[in-house]
Amino acid sequence: MKKFTSYPYIIWSVIFIIFPLLLVLLYGITIPSKTSFFGFKLSIENFQRFCEPIYLRVLWKSVWLAILSTLICLIIGYPFSMILAKSSLKRRNKFVLLIVIPMWMNFLLRTYSWMTILGKNGIINNFLRIIGLPALDLLYNDGAVILGMVYNFLPFMILPIYTVLTKMNRNILEVAEDLGANRFVIFSKIVFPLSLPGVISGITMVFMPAVSTFVISKLLGGGQYWLIGNLVEEQFLRINDWHFGSAIALILMIVILFAMAIMNKYEDKEDRGVGLW
Amino acid sequence: MVEKSIKKFYIFLVFLFLYAPILVLIIFSFNNSRLQGSWEGFTLNWYRELFKSREIMKSLYYTLSIATLSSIIVTIIGTLSAIGIYNMKSFRKKIILNINYLPVLNPDIVTGISLMTLFIFLKIRLGYTTMLLSHITFNIPYVILAVLPKLKQMPKDMPEAAMDLGATPFYAFRKVILPEISSGIVTGALIAFTLSIDDFVISFFTTGSGVSNLSITIYSMARRGIDPKINALSTLMFVSVLILMIIINKRSSNKLKREGV
Repeated sequence: MKKFTSYPYIIWSVIFIIFPLLLVLLYGITIPSKTSFFGFKLSIENFQRFCEPIYLRVLWKSVWLAILSTLICLIIGYPFSMILAKSSLKRRNKFVLLIVIPMWMNFLLRTYSWMTILGKNGIINNFLRIIGLPALDLLYNDGAVILGMVYNFLPFMILPIYTVLTKMNRNILEVAEDLGANRFVIFSKIVFPLSLPGVISGITMVFMPAVSTFVISKLLGGGQYWLIGNLVEEQFLRINDWHFGSAIALILMIVILFAMAIMNKYEDKEDRGVGLW
Repeated sequence: MVEKSIKKFYIFLVFLFLYAPILVLIIFSFNNSRLQGSWEGFTLNWYRELFKSREIMKSLYYTLSIATLSSIIVTIIGTLSAIGIYNMKSFRKKIILNINYLPVLNPDIVTGISLMTLFIFLKIRLGYTTMLLSHITFNIPYVILAVLPKLKQMPKDMPEAAMDLGATPFYAFRKVILPEISSGIVTGALIAFTLSIDDFVISFFTTGSGVSNLSITIYSMARRGIDPKINALSTLMFVSVLILMIIINKRSSNKLKREGV
């Protein structure tokens, strides 16, 4: 077969992938101008505007919450994957299926379910009322947003780590044991370093959607809760300031590229592509 | 012994965390009260209202029609371009594969706003067509990524041998290449279909004029507050996913048995 069969896609990707991204770049580095022929002119004003404390605080908060929820996912997910990887094959398949099933449910529904649990008249507060304790404000705060992120993205951490752990050569562990290494040494010197590719793809797969989300923050954080994704949405759908919105989107992309560059430094080049796909 | 039970307990806790919210949704879809906190008796009312709601039925129709259309188109374009990419020289191949990764690696929100910018820039009215185009765009890469490994597994001179023996290129494609890569194509089509059904962010930015899929409808309902109709909807969606998974699992384990693994 000839290579021309891919030409439709090449044209498609130029129109629908590359050109739109260039448009975003163009909008990001320009501002509207009445005097110019095109209706806009080159400027770094959008980025200067982003450097105002309100926006920087939003950026910092998004990054911080994403890091926190990634860490929590890692702390919950790593031991879980280890236990999973050590159980019998039949059990393992059953457990993996059980992890995957919630992922197949629409993530808006998964997030919505926490609204019904944490809400003012939700299940937890109703229970507290029955046993005579005062109701708590569980919804619409940082904790609820982190919970939503961890709940939605935990499988993304578990699956890559689990995959790497099951592929690990058991003989190495036995040799280490025979040579007198205790369990802590085996874990810190062998198991963990060898599982690093899985950990790294897990971190990337949790951090990326967490830092760019605007749904979880809107539903569990409330209408006045701002993450960087909410800023982008606001600029594009409500305020219609595409120039500033594009600049924010560019900054979001830079944050993610930066995070991926850091992760890549730790990644063993040969073990690439151990992710989900 | 103690360690073993701690491990069991830990596994149990994680699964409780994963499934409790889903169970809660399901249980309260039968609750005879708008408020979620307390149980007021069994009812099927919310299911009746769900099927009566025009808003939800319309978005279900849009979701399914866009998922079907986009996954068919995507499977054809994706398979053809995978074959083309496979036959390319390594340098151009690298460039195309990297471009191909862009929608996979980019956060959805960036893909969403960039497509929205494109459509408005080209003065295309946002609606069904733009949503369909966007779904095709973000899904093609997954089909290519599913088909390409199968092509690499195929012996390189097989299509050539067929053509030496007198097969036309199309005949060789149909009888030699297609059977070799069919499992990759099916996987790609399934991924595309489920991603399309599940998508919220990209659809949210690229739709307009009253066209909304299920995810968008759920989002706008959830923003208004708690609505037991959503619970009924989630129950139905969860049950259908569960049945689908069980069937797929049965099929693949039967296949393994037949192959003697």
